[in-house]
This record gives sequence, structure tokens and C-alpha cells, in this order.
Amino acid sequence: MSFKKDLIKGIFQENPVFRLMLGLCPVLATSTSVQNALGMGSAVIFVLLCSNIIVSLVRNWVPAKIRIPIYISIIATFVTIVDLVMAGYLPDLHKSLGLFIPLIVVNCIILGRAEAFAGKNGVFRSILDALGMGIGFTLALTIIATFREILGNGTWMGVPLFGPSFEPVLLMILSPGAFITIGLLIGLLNWTDHARKIRHS
Amino acid sequence: MNQRFISASPHIHDNLNIQKIMVTVIITLIPAGAWAIYLFGLQVLWITLTAIVSAVLTEFVCQKIMKRPVSILDGSAVLTGLLLAYNLPPDVPLWIPAVGSLVAVFIGKQIFGGLGFNPMNPALIGRAFLMASWPVHMTVFDAPLRNNMPVSGIDSVTGATPLAVFKHMREILIHKSDLLPEQVTQAQQTMAELNGAYMKLFIGQVGGCIGEVSALLLFLGGCYLLYHHIISWKIPVAYIGTVMILTTILGENPLFHALSGGLFLGAIYMATDMVTSPVTFRGRLLFGVGCGILTVVIRFWGGYPEGVSYSILLMNLVTPLLDKYTRPKVFGG
Repeated sequence: MSFKKDLIKGIFQENPVFRLMLGLCPVLATSTSVQNALGMGSAVIFVLLCSNIIVSLVRNWVPAKIRIPIYISIIATFVTIVDLVMAGYLPDLHKSLGLFIPLIVVNCIILGRAEAFAGKNGVFRSILDALGMGIGFTLALTIIATFREILGNGTWMGVPLFGPSFEPVLLMILSPGAFITIGLLIGLLNWTDHARKIRHS
Repeated sequence: MNQRFISASPHIHDNLNIQKIMVTVIITLIPAGAWAIYLFGLQVLWITLTAIVSAVLTEFVCQKIMKRPVSILDGSAVLTGLLLAYNLPPDVPLWIPAVGSLVAVFIGKQIFGGLGFNPMNPALIGRAFLMASWPVHMTVFDAPLRNNMPVSGIDSVTGATPLAVFKHMREILIHKSDLLPEQVTQAQQTMAELNGAYMKLFIGQVGGCIGEVSALLLFLGGCYLLYHHIISWKIPVAYIGTVMILTTILGENPLFHALSGGLFLGAIYMATDMVTSPVTFRGRLLFGVGCGILTVVIRFWGGYPEGVSYSILLMNLVTPLLDKYTRPKVFGG
């Protein structure tokens, strides 16, 4: 039961984007298209998984006072791997994500999970936690990107959805579009939660 | 729900309510719209009606979904739609006002809790959204059908607004040394013609957004609102005064800048919005001065020819701060 909860909580109750409000900078910046969102999401899942495993393995030998620099070094190692692999095999995606790949090092979700979960729990539970959080992040990013890409570009995954007479809402792929979409989605989630609570009581 | 007082104390009882205020404001705006129909043709009427219908429908649907009392009869949605339409070029396709009003009422107003809770002017939110999303539709202006301003160097078919021409000519005059002498003389001539066309600008025989062309009709409407204490003189006077003083200091013609663009529409009808402007005496003056400074900065150095809507939106955001720091001292306190 507890293992299942470790996995599921990152996707729903503790979704890093919609619930914990962590890692919003990459969400705002890379949700312009679904392809970018999936690329960013898988990079984060990989880094989060590897860093959670290593942090959890070494947690008993890390002195509390210098744990943050150690975590950052571990995370930076895997970010470098992702950065170089992506540059080698997916140059287009690497180009469009640009600076936001190296910036995964300072992504609050990854450091947050190392500090709050992997540094205190065993390897197996840390893997489940990383997968749940990573999938939750990717899911949120993809949902936001879906709205922004369809409205702002008239496409989904690069496939045109409307006829040539559709004039895209340019604002949606500019930064205000990201803020408006995230705000409305979080508002909608809170509103449905609130409605559900009222119904239960 | 219909009785909300937002003035500083002391509160004097009056039978004025939201509906009466909104209806009065709407009536004083009608002459400017009628002038635009005369000037640009009947499509102006359809744009305005589309904007109003879309705003009222959005308000109705939002209030139904959010389970709030439906208040479409208080006229605030009608006014939002009307003001949004007045901020559009006279030849936009009809889906532009429809989408603009939807965004104005939904994102600009209902999301924050409806009338009285919106931090920024909803109509201007709608306009900013349209401006960022479809810049081409929002910046191409039809020339007036009648009495177009006879200024050389202005294309008489697409009819650039006087402020757009001003900005272009100013660029030329600033970079004089890189250009041919004929171009410079031409620009100087155009500038002189622009600056001499007070009457055209005042009466409204120029290109521009639907509701902004006639400074005269907007001024008369503003006087009526002032007489009935629906707006106070502080914001419009501080706003237009600041623009005139600053343009004089910068060596341009203050009358041209006061009369052109959306300054009268913005200063009288949008900067004075009761919800989004300060309630204190000094707060209102500062609000007007801030709007004026921002407008001049955008007109002279910004990316757009006109800055009234953005300056009002920006000042809307500091309204709570202005109210906080200009609160009058308690008597004897």
C-alpha cells in the first residue's frame, strides 16, 4: 500500500507543478509545444530517477552540513549526461530546449526530492518516488503544452489541426500565455477539489 | 449585490446605483460611436454589437457556471463590450471583438470574482490580449470614408493613424544624417501638417480606433459625467495635463499629443473606472500623472505608436499601493 502511494502521490495529490508549485520556470519556458514538453519531461524523469537512486544509496555517508553541494554534484553529473546525449542524438530538440537542459541542475523538483525523500528513504521507495514525481511533472507539462500548442500554433505534436483559415492566438505561445494557462488550470483543479469536498461533507 | 460603495468616507446616501452609473456612461459614449459609424461605415455598428453581445453572453455563462447571481442587467458587461469595441480599428473581422470580449469578461473580470474585484480594466485586458495575439488585425486602420486628413505622405487607403505617422516621421528626423535631404524635408513638411491639423483632430476627421477619433464628442460626454459626479476631474485633468506638459518639455506640439490617439477616451472613460483607480484625492492625481508619463514614454520611445491602454493597465496595478500611501490622516489623529 505504501509503495503504491509513493508512486501515485507525485502524479495526483502531490503533483509537483499543480500542487507543489515546483519547477515552474521550465514549465513556463518549455511548454510551447508538446514535443518540447515530452523532451523536457523525459530528461527530468531520467535525471530525477538517477539522482534519487544515488542520493538514496549514499545517504548514510553524507555529512548533513554539506549535503546540498553533494546532491547538486550528483544531479549535475546526470544533467551533463542528458545534455550531451541529447546534443548527439536529438540535435533539434536540444536546440529548441536550449538553456533549459543545463538548468535542470537547479530544478527545484529534483533537489527537493533528494532533500525531502531520497536522503531519508531506501532505494526502492526512492525509485518509485522519482518515477511518480517525474511522470507527474511530464503529465502537467504536456497538458499545459497541449493547450498552448493547439491555440497558439494550431497544431498538436506538430500535426496541423485546423484549416488554413485558423489564425493562431499568438499570445498563447508567448510567455503571458504560459502564465494564463497555468493559472487557469490550477484554478480549475482547486475549484473541482473544493466542489468535491463540499459534496462529501 | 447592486449596492457597492467605493468612495472615501464620509458616505453620503444617494439613490445612485451601479445600473444607473453604467447606463449614464453608456449613453454618453453613444455620440462618439455614432460619429464613427458616419466616418467609417456601418461595419462599425456590427463590431460594436458583436463585442457587446459577446461580453454579456460571457458574463451570463460565467455566472451560471460559477453559481453566482446573474448580474447582466447591471450594464457593466455592456460597458466592457462597448469600451472594447471603441478600442478596435474600424475594419477588424467580427471574430476579433467576439474573442476580445470573451477574454475581457472571463479573464479580466469573472476569474477575479466579478465586478468590483477585477484588478485591471477588463476592456483593456481584452485589447491587450488581441494586440498580442493578432497584431496585424489590430494595427491596420482603414482611412475614414469622409473628410480624411489631407496630409502628404500618408497612404490614403490604409490610412495610418496620426500618431503612427508622427512616430515614423520622428524616427526620420532623429536619424537625419543617414538619410537623403529630400526625405528629411518631406518629413518636416508632414510634421508641420500634422501639428497644424488641430480642428481635424478635435472634431475627429482622422483614422484611428472606433471610439477614439472624436475628441470633441468624448469631451462633451466627459463633461456630462463630471456634472453628474460619476467621474471626478482629477484623473483626466492630471492625465491630459501631464501629457501636454511633458510633450512641451520634449519639444513637440502639446495640443497634437493631447488630441490624437486614444488619450481622451482613455483619460475620461477608462482611467476613471471606479474599480481600478484610486479613491483618494492625492492617489487620483498621482494615478493621472503616472498614466501621463507612461503614455508619453511609450509614444516617444516605446514599440507602439500609442501607449494609452498599456499605461492605464500598468497604473491599475499600482492602484492599491497609491490608495495605501495616500490615505488621508484621520482628523485629530
